Amino acid sequence: MIKGTVTNKDSFLNHVAKSLGRPRTSTRIEKPVWKYSPQQEVFKGYSQDELVKVLKLQGERIHTDVIETLVKDLPRALENVVMGYGGDSVVTWADPRFEEFGLTMLLNEGLPSKQVDVHVWDTELGDKNTEIAERANVGITFSDTTLAESGTVVLFNGKGKGRAVSLLPATYIAIIPKSTIVPRMTQVAEKVHRDNQNGEQVASCVNFISGPSNSADIEMNLIVGVHGPIKATYIIVNDK
Amino acid sequence: MGMKIGTAAFKERVDQGLSDSFMRGAVSAAQGRLRDGRLNAAEELGNWEDWRSHGEEIRKHTLEHLDYYLEMLVDNVSKRGGHVFFAQTAEEANEYITNVVKKKGAKKIVKSKSMVTEEISMNEALEKIGCDVVESDLGEWILQVDDHDPPSHIVAPALHKNKEQIRDVFRDKLGYKNSEKPEELALFAREQLREEFLAAEVGITGCNFAIADSGTVTLVTNEGNARMATTLPKTQITVMGMERIVPSWEEMEVLVSLLTRAAVGQKLTSYITALTGPKGEGDVDGPEEFHLVVVDNGRSKILGTEFQEALHCIRCAACINVCPVYRHVGGHSYGSIYPGPIGAVLSPLLGGYDDYKELPYASTLCAACTEACPVKIPLHELLIKHRQKIVEKEGKAPVFESLSMKAFRMGTASPTMYNIGSKLAPKMMKPFVKEDKIANGPGPLKNWTSIRDFPAPSNERFRDWFKNREKEESKS
Repeated sequence: MIKGTVTNKDSFLNHVAKSLGRPRTSTRIEKPVWKYSPQQEVFKGYSQDELVKVLKLQGERIHTDVIETLVKDLPRALENVVMGYGGDSVVTWADPRFEEFGLTMLLNEGLPSKQVDVHVWDTELGDKNTEIAERANVGITFSDTTLAESGTVVLFNGKGKGRAVSLLPATYIAIIPKSTIVPRMTQVAEKVHRDNQNGEQVASCVNFISGPSNSADIEMNLIVGVHGPIKATYIIVNDK
Repeated sequence: MGMKIGTAAFKERVDQGLSDSFMRGAVSAAQGRLRDGRLNAAEELGNWEDWRSHGEEIRKHTLEHLDYYLEMLVDNVSKRGGHVFFAQTAEEANEYITNVVKKKGAKKIVKSKSMVTEEISMNEALEKIGCDVVESDLGEWILQVDDHDPPSHIVAPALHKNKEQIRDVFRDKLGYKNSEKPEELALFAREQLREEFLAAEVGITGCNFAIADSGTVTLVTNEGNARMATTLPKTQITVMGMERIVPSWEEMEVLVSLLTRAAVGQKLTSYITALTGPKGEGDVDGPEEFHLVVVDNGRSKILGTEFQEALHCIRCAACINVCPVYRHVGGHSYGSIYPGPIGAVLSPLLGGYDDYKELPYASTLCAACTEACPVKIPLHELLIKHRQKIVEKEGKAPVFESLSMKAFRMGTASPTMYNIGSKLAPKMMKPFVKEDKIANGPGPLKNWTSIRDFPAPSNERFRDWFKNREKEESKS
């Protein structure tokens, strides 16, 4: 990666320090030990099954259908949701988990036999991927981490995991392996922070997605479906 | 647009606000809904006060070491291939942004909602060089289509418009043919704006929180427009006020949780997007080029002063949603893109007392704002500090506070005076009363009754009623 340019840094930061009434900081500042840490208390000690309950309840609040299924029933469950959304065209990530969870047949044969076009994100095709995603009816991704409290799927985008798959199609389906569910955003933030401290770069785009897009900008009435997907379904799959 | 909106004097703006009955109804309904959302979200957590205190300690520490964290941020952004420009003034920021756009030969720019770009009049600067700048937040877009009607709330900018007005704007300006149903209006916006997103060469965003130790910018939206603006165009420019920064992901997480709950009562908004540099190697979508513009524009004047805490603000508008003055006069009355209690504190600091000396008086000092603030900014105390400074500078208060307070003080200073006053009230007011209401009151009541009725003083005073009730009770 070529380093980017930085302009006016010293004059600007010297001025900031001067306004604060001291010279520019030149030594390492440690974060203080915070007096409060309420985020650690949320759903503390909850089992995976209890977190599933929390997630399902939150799904209702954010206008998202939540389905729970076993690995062996996943292909049928996914097909049902895709067809329920009107089939037509699907775009997915290039993600080895589709194979791990036994979905290859469905994507390669099952859906096409029902006149559904399936496009798997292909780095070689470049911008063509975006064009296909823009016209697609359904976008499908796995969830990398899932937040029970807010009903959020966290996607670490990059390479085969295009940003557009969860954004441009009219509807969106997230497959949530049960083991990815954590209480809340705190656990993801701590993991990214630890990785970052260990010199591991965070993905160029991390999306926290909680249901379909919406707006309350017209008379404060909630409208579901603005720029992103209009409908969303989560499929929780027992992977243990 | 700049921070200042309109040219009318404070009193005229207030009069205009007070006589707009749709706006006042919309504002109070919205306030109620947003406030209830926050309270429910707070109650669900159980330990909301600890959350607030944590937010406060994070903001305080970060601002005290702002130079340190900004340096860490920009070093990390540049390591990831992003370009950074520090702008002392609005002009410097606009010059840099317009140069980037010119270099790209870009004509179409999509923007996701950003207060700081409003503050520096970035749209005008870009329009001057021939660019088409499209706002993509639904509320902001409605205002833009309506010949740049100014925003009236920092979270819900088009709050002052009803759906019929929005339908008419779309019909007159864009040939919209459907009904005033919000879903149909939104679908129309989706279709129109989708084309703009696909055509845009540059996407410009604000920044909710920049994360120093990873070089990340975080965007909080519900509509998905910030995601569109950072997924489709080949160049991304993010503009941030220099105080909008946290040390690490751990603190970002806490402040985002506070922001979404305090703003709209959501646990998280539909989309929180954390972006680090331009797209990575092998990534297909996302910008090829990323620029971060860090803006001072008057903020450093606030650092190191008794008003430093005003820079702790995370722009949630919780203070606006509980303010009884905002409820009645609406957002435009403040004459600033920052309305409500935080606007009354911030606008005079950024824009000067000459334009904004009345704002610290547009408050009852009831402290509801301070209580609502998710990072515990003592807003009403900062308003008092402003008043002290203004009186020191001007030698007098700019509005009628002194006179009306003097009369009230006289009337309430001694039990005797209060007794006489409250006893006399029903008799004195009798000529003005019609069906238990005063529709055209004298003296100090005139400002009130010119737009609404005032209840007539009760014939039985509370004091007498209470005394009689005690007597009755002791009898039984």
